[in-house]
Amino acid sequence: MANFVFWLIVGLTIGSAILVVQSKKLVYSAYALLFTLLGVTGLYVFLWADFLAVVQVVVYVGGILILIIFGIMLTNKITSVNISNTSVQKSIGSIVLLVFIAGLGFMVYKTPWVSVANSEPAQTTETIGRLLMIDYLLPFEVASLLLLGALIAATTLSRKDD
Amino acid sequence: MDSLNNYLFVSVILFSLGLFGVITRRNGVAVLMGVELILNAANLNFLAFARFGGMNMAGHVYALFVIVLAAAEAAVALAIIINIFNNYKTINIDEVSELKQ
Repeated sequence: MANFVFWLIVGLTIGSAILVVQSKKLVYSAYALLFTLLGVTGLYVFLWADFLAVVQVVVYVGGILILIIFGIMLTNKITSVNISNTSVQKSIGSIVLLVFIAGLGFMVYKTPWVSVANSEPAQTTETIGRLLMIDYLLPFEVASLLLLGALIAATTLSRKDD
Repeated sequence: MDSLNNYLFVSVILFSLGLFGVITRRNGVAVLMGVELILNAANLNFLAFARFGGMNMAGHVYALFVIVLAAAEAAVALAIIINIFNNYKTINIDEVSELKQ
């Protein structure tokens, strides 16, 4: 059962990712991105990353995707249904796609990865919190400064000049 | 499903599709979606190696930082795209080739 659900989620993720980069209409791409992000969230759950799964839903689906849809709406006439989203250089893109899938896939297949026996942790949030506050305190503070900078930059950029 | 390779293959495909999107798309917002796919592929790798490498939680912390960076990047990129649209009336990034108007 779990196996079936896993492959269903993998299919959902990859299928909607193909739709994201292939769809002719920009809004369809945005909605397909929603299903890709939810599929990746499901894979996080399979990887025992419950806290990261919740963060993924809150930040990506609730924040970034909404921002992207706002971007689509603000950069097109709201009445135009066919928001064009054409692709160019499809041959070069396909070659790069195949080369990367083949090369990286071969590398993944050939490398003898070390697999450590481990058991499912009771909770991950406490460990992540401890790591953030003790081992990774400096990157944590830098990330907060970066978010502040991004906030100021985004508001300054999108403000109308008086 | 309990195999590191499965997750890495999914990550490889997501990364390649994201790269394909960045190369072929000419709409600024669509290019941004490709970048999001690439970042998700990287995150999947971090978590897969954390899970199969002895549940080393540092991978989770790095994934968290990647999500923070993605949020900041999306906000700034969309502000830039909206500015480009206001100045050029298009977000076709091939037509935006001047630094000043």
